[in-house]
Amino acid sequence: MSAKERFQARTAPEAWSAESGPVSDVRRQALLWYWQRVSAMVLALCVVVHLAGIIYAVRGGLTAAEILGRTRGNWAFGAFYAVFVVACAIHAPIGVANVIGETTVGRGSSALVIASVLGVAMLLMGLSAVYGLVAS
Amino acid sequence: MIRTSDYRARMHPGYWAFAVHRVSGLALAVFLPVHFWALGLGLQGEAALDGFLRVTDNAMFRLGEWGLVVLLAAHLTCGVRLLLIEFAPWSGPRKNLIAWAMGGAIAVGLAFALALIG
Amino acid sequence: MTESLKVRVWRGTDRGTFAAYEVPRSESQTVLDVVTHIQRRIDPTLAYRFACRVGMCGSCAMSVNGIARWTCRTHVSHVAKNGAVEIAPLPNLPVIKDLVTDMREFFDKWSRAKGQFRGTKTRGDDFARIAPASAERIAADAGIECIGCAVCYASCDVVAWRPAFLGPAALNRAWTLVNDSRDVRQRDRLRAVAGDAGCHSCHTQGSCGERCPKHIEPTAGIAGLKRLAARAAIRGEL
Repeated sequence: MSAKERFQARTAPEAWSAESGPVSDVRRQALLWYWQRVSAMVLALCVVVHLAGIIYAVRGGLTAAEILGRTRGNWAFGAFYAVFVVACAIHAPIGVANVIGETTVGRGSSALVIASVLGVAMLLMGLSAVYGLVAS
Repeated sequence: MIRTSDYRARMHPGYWAFAVHRVSGLALAVFLPVHFWALGLGLQGEAALDGFLRVTDNAMFRLGEWGLVVLLAAHLTCGVRLLLIEFAPWSGPRKNLIAWAMGGAIAVGLAFALALIG
Repeated sequence: MTESLKVRVWRGTDRGTFAAYEVPRSESQTVLDVVTHIQRRIDPTLAYRFACRVGMCGSCAMSVNGIARWTCRTHVSHVAKNGAVEIAPLPNLPVIKDLVTDMREFFDKWSRAKGQFRGTKTRGDDFARIAPASAERIAADAGIECIGCAVCYASCDVVAWRPAFLGPAALNRAWTLVNDSRDVRQRDRLRAVAGDAGCHSCHTQGSCGERCPKHIEPTAGIAGLKRLAARAAIRGEL
């Protein structure tokens, strides 16, 4: 390979994309950025409320009775934390995929696979936790 | 093998804010599934959740929880700085917000520590 | 001020070592003066680039004590630690020899980001009317002083982590053209600068704006490109 060909091989965008068609790839990446930022805005509000809540709740120790006493039948709590879980399940996987994509481990599509698994796991585990705390 | 920068190129506040944001984000991404699993024990009834809480009622775990709360506050504040940089009218790298971010994280850490101990 | 300066200079290509030289110090000495002294008086095989030597062309950019700078504008008295200085070629670029890097990929990425102006008016048309105080023109003006020295490119970790990443200079250039109402390649350009190879990989480390000798802040333009690209993607225009 000539020096020029080596440069192009090293820096060509196609070298790092597992998708076909650079244009659809770019649109997907722009949308992922967008949804990660939107979920970040939602999380900013949720996290402030959550931090205030746990600092309050953790005083004097924490028992299951205390937790469940506050959450059982509390649909407002359920709605708030369901939104929180969904936002996390969008926000965290996209961030993790970015980080993986920048390490030698994560070239190609493995970043998105790992991220999707994380997202689905968080969604299922989180929503079932919220359900368990509210409806049980 | 292209030559890259070393730590000397990274000694400025903007880079530290990025590093804190990334490290805290990764730690939280690892922690959250565990957190959801633990809370999900509530599905199995009060006894299961209580059992878990008793197992974790020691200094090591409390320290870990405290660390995660600080990381969450740091990730939040650095993240808000990024949202302002990306969406609000440009007003520089907002280095003052880095100071606020670190201060905010420390304040939340203190509040949580006091709540844990008090 | 010590009598002589201990200088470590990179010799070789991407693989190489630091060679040690001793250079007499003088008043208002710059790092470029030091490199020139070594090449003229001590070791004529040392390769390095410079042109204007007065902070206008950007050719003399090198890594001084690990930080990318213009060596003609870097006083030894400001950077010497214990009478010692380390000089290396700019990082993130292949090394041709010693302190000379191969700048081709830097300029190729400029081109790949559609960093060329294209208009439709001819000499037969009337002048375009641009309001200097308009938001777009102010945004463009903030970035047009770039002389392509690659200090920002060499300072960016994302460039090191993602070889396809276009880099701060190319994205800044694209931003100045995106804000130029005379240009007619906007859609192609936005497509070229969005995505993982483009603006969306910027993590706002801020090393680019921190190190730019012309005080340009590529982070501002990249944030603007992110917003535009997202809006276009949502509208199906990307």
